[in-house]
Amino acid sequence: MTMLTRVSAILLASTCLAGAAAAQAELTFWQHGAGNPWEPRLFGQIVEDFNASQSDWKVTLQQFPQAAYNDSVTAAALSGELPDIIDVDGPLMPNWAWAGYLAPLEITEEELEGFLPGTIGRWQDQIYSVGLWDAAVAMITRKSTLEKYGIRVPTLGEPWTGEEFNAALETMKESGDFEYPLDLGMWDKVEWYPYAFSPFLQSFGGDIVDRSTYQTAEGVLNGDAAIAFGEWWQGLFTDGLVPGTSQDPADGNQAFGFRDGKYAIVWSGNWNGAGVLEAFGDDALFLPAPDFGNGPKIGAASWQFAVSAQSENQQGANAFIRFALQDKYQAMFSDASGLAPATATAAQMTENYKEGAPMAVFYDLSAAQALVRPVTPGYVVQSAVFRKAVSDIADGADVATALDAAVDEIDADIENNQGYGH
Amino acid sequence: MAATPTRLLSSNRAGWAMAAPAVGLILLFIIVPFALAFGFSFTNQRLFSPNPTQWVGTANFQQLLGVSTLTLEPERDASGAVVLDDDGQPKYPRLRSYTRNNPDYPHLQGKQEWFSFGWGDSRVFVLASDVVFMKALRNTFLFVLVVAPLQGGLALLLAVMTNQKLKGINFFRTVYFMPVVVSIVVVSLLWRFIYDGDNGLLNNVLGWLTFGAFEPVDWLGNPSTALPAIIAMSIWQAVGFHMVIWLAGLQSISPTLYEAANIEGASRWQAFRYVTWPGLRNTAVLVLIVITMQAFALFAQIDVMTKGGPVDSTQTMVFQAVERGYRKQDIAAGSVISVVLFLIVLTISLVQGYLTREKK
Amino acid sequence: MATVEEAQGTATLEARSVSWDRVWRYALLILGAVIFIFPLLFMVMSSLKPDAQLLADTANLRAFLPVGDISLDNYFGAFRRAPVATFIFNSVLVTAVTVVLSLFVCSLAAFAFVFLKWRGRDIVLAVIIATLIVPFETIAIPMLIVVNNLPWISSDGLTLGWLNSYRVQIVPFIADGLTIFLFAQFFKDMPRELIEACRVEGATWFQIYRKVVMPLSGPVLATGAILKFLAMYNQYLWPLMVTQDEGYRPVMVGLQYFFQLNPVWGEIMAYLSVITVPVLAFYLFLQRAFIASIASTGVKG
Repeated sequence: MTMLTRVSAILLASTCLAGAAAAQAELTFWQHGAGNPWEPRLFGQIVEDFNASQSDWKVTLQQFPQAAYNDSVTAAALSGELPDIIDVDGPLMPNWAWAGYLAPLEITEEELEGFLPGTIGRWQDQIYSVGLWDAAVAMITRKSTLEKYGIRVPTLGEPWTGEEFNAALETMKESGDFEYPLDLGMWDKVEWYPYAFSPFLQSFGGDIVDRSTYQTAEGVLNGDAAIAFGEWWQGLFTDGLVPGTSQDPADGNQAFGFRDGKYAIVWSGNWNGAGVLEAFGDDALFLPAPDFGNGPKIGAASWQFAVSAQSENQQGANAFIRFALQDKYQAMFSDASGLAPATATAAQMTENYKEGAPMAVFYDLSAAQALVRPVTPGYVVQSAVFRKAVSDIADGADVATALDAAVDEIDADIENNQGYGH
Repeated sequence: MAATPTRLLSSNRAGWAMAAPAVGLILLFIIVPFALAFGFSFTNQRLFSPNPTQWVGTANFQQLLGVSTLTLEPERDASGAVVLDDDGQPKYPRLRSYTRNNPDYPHLQGKQEWFSFGWGDSRVFVLASDVVFMKALRNTFLFVLVVAPLQGGLALLLAVMTNQKLKGINFFRTVYFMPVVVSIVVVSLLWRFIYDGDNGLLNNVLGWLTFGAFEPVDWLGNPSTALPAIIAMSIWQAVGFHMVIWLAGLQSISPTLYEAANIEGASRWQAFRYVTWPGLRNTAVLVLIVITMQAFALFAQIDVMTKGGPVDSTQTMVFQAVERGYRKQDIAAGSVISVVLFLIVLTISLVQGYLTREKK
Repeated sequence: MATVEEAQGTATLEARSVSWDRVWRYALLILGAVIFIFPLLFMVMSSLKPDAQLLADTANLRAFLPVGDISLDNYFGAFRRAPVATFIFNSVLVTAVTVVLSLFVCSLAAFAFVFLKWRGRDIVLAVIIATLIVPFETIAIPMLIVVNNLPWISSDGLTLGWLNSYRVQIVPFIADGLTIFLFAQFFKDMPRELIEACRVEGATWFQIYRKVVMPLSGPVLATGAILKFLAMYNQYLWPLMVTQDEGYRPVMVGLQYFFQLNPVWGEIMAYLSVITVPVLAFYLFLQRAFIASIASTGVKG
């Protein structure tokens, strides 16, 4: 008995001590940059600065490798183990918000004045996530290459038309100077497919899902515009203009194939911009997407920060995100990653995006062409379905059949989820 | 209970006590989770969703396994002649007009073409509610039917080869086992380079061997070569694993039996046929069952190399179970596949067990 | 005289044919070795090269040769990029503990299934063999739900949920149908008379298991150990789901550290080469033990 009371006393005392120390709340922050040379360093610094700047909250950083991150978060959500601050890929945010894993941010629209539209994640009229940067893709090529084959350098005001683009690819193909005129990064079979290829479909006038209701894909993913996109898409592969779905990772990676001269143009993002500039300097061109009739389009929304609904310190989590959004951190991040900062003021502080800098063009490309992926909880499924449809068409499946099957699957999924809360 | 011949070996208490730790753990970590999955398969459970879970009965199973046929006459013009399409083939009415909201064909609602064949003038279309799953089913069976005998046989050959008393035999045993040591995920990554259609090592080697006569093949990008390429790699990767099991069996055959066979003047083949093979009986059952189970579980190679493509030519059941249950967050749909897979393999192993039962 | 010469002649002939036979055997063995070793060679050689050269070499036989710009830079890079030593420590610890517990628990159960008769034995065995059929991937989520609801007693008192620990990576994999089945198939070949004789002499079941059956089980123990070792060491999906804390991550999750936006293939190959060492070492160790056990027991009759 005495033993038991003594143990209880000790337990009680230690609880009190813990209580006293808990004046400073502990928050955890998950981020997907493990293994990346600079992300742990940068986020480590933001966390350190935040902890030093006030005494109410103490944030600890836990990093995950990107390829495993979403699976880890899914498992943690199912187990009720989510951290206070979560890093989330933009298009997935509505799914997590709808499922109840995220809390709306306390950060207001006014505070986010001037942020690139792709950096703010909204769901049902509330802001759930915000990012320090956005990614943008471009047709990356060399001025000298275009000159050699007499191809016009397109501008945002006057992008290549579909026919012009196709003709350019044919010309370069016929020259025999390249293994393929265009590299689309087909080796990267994950979120790259919808991010990079659905803008082509949108430029044709189709879409992954009907955005007016988000209740069906009928007519937009298998309508005439979508069929036209599919025929064009399949032609790229049957005519040998781009490497197919079996492309090995070595060629596409870091735009290596393009840098080695195997490909004339690479459809890739600003994260490869620095490498390309290093290789070709002034000769490098970052061009807008071709216009297939409905304007040139590129994807938007990269990784953003959100607050877990399971967090007991949402105020602290919001304070941390607000702190991290400062221009100086945006600039630091942009310098390290090559991605575009969220605000124009931050852009001026960066190496690559300040006025007249070589990659400033990405900022304009993003502002002029960016269209976020469908903002719906069903995007998780729609992305996978779209990925399969474009793969199958590239591999020779019948265009109409493949698109019809995709529509069926998307519609069935929306119905099974009772409309996903739209 | 009938009296057993060996009453000495009867012991309820000791038997349960010795089996209990294993049985308890298997119950908790395999049977309970499987029972949960079994339960999910009769609901519309999502991985995460604010909507309440509903009992849907066997709807998931019907959706997965539904198959029907539809026989169509070719289209005819006013004069009654068969209308031909651009390729000169008879033109048939669009299937979607039968399978979408057609009140005359309610049982075809939502189905898609799986395959079709000519039947006189008309054409028989086999429709399935879940064409991808049907293809996955077919590929999985094909994989098992090719891999099980080939891998088992090759592994036995390697085991016999490395069971000789030769100098340096341990070196060869180790080398043959190497691909197993490197995990399948890693091996699949490496083989993506080897199988590359433009610059792959395999194409280059075949090119040299045939003095350039060989036309490069896009092994993983071509629907007719992708599954064979994965089969070849899988056999190569895991054959050492089964070699080790065979070896353990070979090593436990008493050398005195071989000496006896030698004295009797048995040929090498006779020694194998009458001494080795009978001694490997239990090992053979083990190897066959293990290979079959592993083959049915085909997943990692697909996930790393092809993601089920090109055009579903490498879809498999477990890949689809993961794709749906986890990545598309439809855990009910994933669970249905697990349950169907379980029932199929259970049936096969019962039949296998019956065929290989000890005849006394 | 003649008969002796004749006899000598046959002897040399035999010797000669034996040596030809030997050459053939080695030729076959070497052919096999070439087929099986090349990915490993590719991996190790690539780990020594900078990326541009590595990728250019994949198309030809240079991929298997240490030629060009050779250095250990990728190894230093790999260790800088990720806490490689932590990952290896975690994997070896989890794997070793699981293997030892698994061999004990599963062989004990197999012993009960093969040598003892008890009520419910056949049905339990059938169910266990049926569990072989369930691929892990298909029950991962339900299993996560299970471990989330398991209690544990620690210094904090009774807690619920096993996430972020070594035990969550070990305990669920101790008992498995394959290992039990493996032992059972080998036990079936052991002489029952021996067991019965020991019973007559009054030995307890556990004594028979420990003193009679286990010492005869060298080959199957080694086989079971290597198979379990491989399965555990290559775990990916499960640790990913149950460990959020970097301190508990194993090697295959660690591999993902190398697949960032711009993977450096040389470092990936270096990492793979490093993490393969423990498996290879374990296999070589077992092979030696395996042979020793065969030699000492003379095996069953």
